[in-house]
Amino acid sequence: MRPAIIAPAIFAVGLLLTPLATVASGGHGPELEEANIDLHDQASLQRGAKYFVNYCMGCHSLQYMRWQRMANDIGITEVDLRKNLLFGDAKPGDMMTTAMRPEDGEKWFGTAIPDLTLVTRWRSPDWVYSYLKSFYTDPSRPYGVNNLVFKDVGMPNPFTHLQGIQDPLVEGHGAEEHVVGVKLVEQGSLSPKEFDTMARDITTFLTYVGEPIKLERQRLGVMVLMFLGVLFIPAYFMKKEFWKDIH
Amino acid sequence: MSAESKSEVTGFLGWVDKRFPIMDVWNDHLAKYYAPKNMGFWSFFGSLAITVLVIQIVTGIWLAMSYKPSAADAFASVEYIMRDVDWGWLIRYMHSTGASFFFIVIYLHMFRGLMWGSYRKPRELLWMIGMVLYLAMMATAFFGYLLPWGQMSYWGAQVIVNLFAAVPNIGPDLSVWVRGDYVISDATLNRFFAFHFLLPFLIAGLVFLHIVALHRVGSSNPDGIEIKENKDENGIPRDGIPFHPYYTVKDVAGVIVFLALFAAVIFFWPDFGGIFLEPPNFQPADPLKTPAHIAPVWYFTPYYAMLRAVPPIAGSQFPGVVVMFAAILFFFFLPWLDRSPVKSIRYKGPIFRGFLAAFVVSFVVLAYLGLMPASDLYTLLARIFTIVYFAFFILMPIYSSIDKTKPVPERVTT
Amino acid sequence: MLVAATSVLGAVGAGFAAVPFIASMNPSAKARAAGAPVEADVSKLEPGALLRVKWRGQPIWIVHRTPEMVANLPKNDPKLTDPASEASIQPDYCKNPTRAIKDQYFVVIGICTHLGCSPTYRPEIAPDDLGKGWLGGWFCPCHGSKFDLAGRVINGSPAPTNLVIPKYTYLTDTTILVGEDGGAA
Repeated sequence: MRPAIIAPAIFAVGLLLTPLATVASGGHGPELEEANIDLHDQASLQRGAKYFVNYCMGCHSLQYMRWQRMANDIGITEVDLRKNLLFGDAKPGDMMTTAMRPEDGEKWFGTAIPDLTLVTRWRSPDWVYSYLKSFYTDPSRPYGVNNLVFKDVGMPNPFTHLQGIQDPLVEGHGAEEHVVGVKLVEQGSLSPKEFDTMARDITTFLTYVGEPIKLERQRLGVMVLMFLGVLFIPAYFMKKEFWKDIH
Repeated sequence: MSAESKSEVTGFLGWVDKRFPIMDVWNDHLAKYYAPKNMGFWSFFGSLAITVLVIQIVTGIWLAMSYKPSAADAFASVEYIMRDVDWGWLIRYMHSTGASFFFIVIYLHMFRGLMWGSYRKPRELLWMIGMVLYLAMMATAFFGYLLPWGQMSYWGAQVIVNLFAAVPNIGPDLSVWVRGDYVISDATLNRFFAFHFLLPFLIAGLVFLHIVALHRVGSSNPDGIEIKENKDENGIPRDGIPFHPYYTVKDVAGVIVFLALFAAVIFFWPDFGGIFLEPPNFQPADPLKTPAHIAPVWYFTPYYAMLRAVPPIAGSQFPGVVVMFAAILFFFFLPWLDRSPVKSIRYKGPIFRGFLAAFVVSFVVLAYLGLMPASDLYTLLARIFTIVYFAFFILMPIYSSIDKTKPVPERVTT
Repeated sequence: MLVAATSVLGAVGAGFAAVPFIASMNPSAKARAAGAPVEADVSKLEPGALLRVKWRGQPIWIVHRTPEMVANLPKNDPKLTDPASEASIQPDYCKNPTRAIKDQYFVVIGICTHLGCSPTYRPEIAPDDLGKGWLGGWFCPCHGSKFDLAGRVINGSPAPTNLVIPKYTYLTDTTILVGEDGGAA
C-alpha cells in the first residue's frame, strides 16, 4: 500500500505550495497594508460608491458595472441613484462609464486611463487600499506626486485636500537612494483615521465591483455542499450494500 | 460472448433490440463485463475523467452562446457572462475550474497506470490511445486559454507560438501560419476558438476508442495480474465481478465526492490562489505591455520548467523545445521500456519504487519551478529535476530488469 | 430502498443543476436594459400626425387622432375581422372601441400581424387606390393587409388579427411611457 500513499502525500504537499504562485505572478512588490474589508458592510459600500463617483469617475470608468445592479446590490434606492449618482444622459441600465474621452485621457496623462472594474482582482484589495494611502510629494513628477505602491504613477492625488500631504522617507544616498515609506507632514480636512476609513470604503466598493456575485456564490456554495453531503449518505450505503458479499 | 442470450426481451426494449444491439451492448460492456473485484480507490479516475469531460462540453457550449471570439469583444464578453447573463458566473467558474480538475484527474489516472503497470502488454494500444488523449487535452487547454484574451492569455500564447519559430528553417513561416498573422491577433483568436470547440468532440471519439480497447483486454488491477487467466467452469473470471452493478454503484459515490470537492472550489475559491484564474488575466490583452512574469497554466508548468532549463544551443531555443516534447513522447514508449517480469509496483523492488517516487517528486517540483520566475537557483534545480525525470524513462530498461521482484500471487488481493 | 433514495435525491440534484443552464438562456441584463421602457413626448404632435419611437427593436406608432377620426371608428365595424379585439393582443385597458387609454392618442406596434412587414400610414379619406369606403388607417404593401385607425384588421386581409398594442402608461398628460404600465394590465 505504500506507493499509494506516497503519491497523494506528494500531491498534497504540492497543493499546499500552490498559494506561493500568487507570489509568482506578483513578483517582489512593496509591503502592502491589510485592507480588512467587509463586503457585508452596506454602509461602507454605499460610502465607497459615493466617493468613487465623486473622486474617481471624472477619469476612471467602471465599464462592466451597471448602475442599476450596483444600486440594487448595495442598498441604494432608485430615487437616490437618479438624484445623487446618475448625471447627464445616464440611465440606470447603463454601464458606469466616465464622461472623459479615452483620447483626451491619453493626451493629458501620457497613457490610457485604466478602467477600474477589475482592479481588485488583478492587483488585490490590499494593493488598492495601500495605493490610495501612499501618495507622496515628488517634484520630479508631472503632477507633483509619486506613489509608494505604484512607482511613477501618472495620476495626481485626488485626496490631497482630505488626507493631507505626505513626504517620502528615503534611504541610501545618491544613485542608491530609494523611498521606503511615507510620512504625513500636513494633515488635510480628515484625520488619519477618517482618511483610513475612506480608503477602506473605496476599496470595499471596488472589491464588490470586481465580482458582484461573490457573496451570493458563497451562500449558494453552502447549500450545494450540504445537499451533496446529504446525497452522499444513501449513495455510500448503497455501495456498501451491493458490495457486502465481495471479498 | 452472448450468442446464447437471444432470450426474448419484450416491450419497448425488445423493439429496439431487434433493430440495434442494445442488449449486447448492455451485457458486453456493463452487466456482463467482468472487472477485477479489487480495483479500489485508484480506479475512480477513469469515470471521473468522463464526468469532467461531459461537464466541460456542456458548460463550454453554454459559454459559447454568449462568448464573442474577436479581439475587440472577447474580454468584455467574458465579463458580460460573469455579470449580465443569468447564472453566467456559475457556468464560467465551472468551466475554468473544470479545466484544472480535468488535469488533476488525468494526472492521477496516469499515475494509476504507472503503479499498476497498465501500459504493459496487452494494454499497449490502450495506453497509447490514452497518451493521444492527453495530447488532445493539452491542445484543447492551450487553445482555450487564449479565449479570455487577458494579458496572460495573450502573452502566454505569444511565448508558446514563438516556440514554433525556433524550429530550424521553417520555424518563422510556421508560426505565421499558425497565428494567421505576424503577431497573435484577432485572426489567431478566432481560429483558436474554432479548434477549442472542435477538439473536445475528437476527445469524446477517442474516449470511445479508449474504452473499446480497454474492454477488449479487460481492466487491470493493483496486483497487475490478469484475471482472465483464472476462469471458472462458466468462463467467468474467478476474481471478476460484473461492472454493473458493482462499479456503477461505486462510481456514483465517487462522483458525489468529486462534485463536493469541485463545488468547494467553484463556490469558495474559484481563483485557487491565482492558479486556476491568474490575476494578470483580469487585465485585457495589451500587445504593447508585457506582464512582469509570464507563465503557462499550472498543468503545463512541468514542461515549461524543462524548456527554460535547457540553455540555448548555437543561439537556438530549439533544443529546449525538443526536450519539452520528448518529455511527453517518452510516455508512449513505456510499454517497451519496462522490462520487469511483474507489472504492478506492489511486486517490484526498491529500485523501481525509488525511481517512480523520484519521478513524481520531480514532476511536482518542476511544476512549481515552472510557475516561478527564473533565477539561478531555480534554473539549477530545474536542470537537476529534468535529469531525474528523464532518468526514470531512459534508465528503466536497466533498472527494471535488475530490480528484485516479489512473487506474484495467483489470485487478486485487496 | 437505498437505490430509490439515491435515485430520487440524485434526480432532485440534477433538476437543481439544470436550472442555471436553462435560466442562463433568458434575456441577459444587457437585453433587459436595451429593452427598457421608452418615453415619448406628444406635446408637439400635430392632430393627424404619427410619431414613431423604437422599443425592444420594434417600431411603435403614436397617432394624434382627430375627433373626426375617432368618430369614424365605429363605422368600420361591419367590415372588420375582429371588431371587439377578442382574438387580438392588447392590454386589458385597451380592449375597448378605440383601443387606447385616451382616445386622442393611439399607441400601437407598427408590425403587420401577417408576416411582420411594417404597414404604411394612410390617414386620408377615400384615396383612389384604397377606395371610397376607406376612412383612414394603414395599408401593408407586402401582401395587402388593411387596418383602420384603431389598428383593427379589415376583412379580406391576409392578416388574421388586429395590430398589437404594447403596455403603456401616461407619466404626464403629454408623456407616454411605452413598455411599462406598473402592472395595470
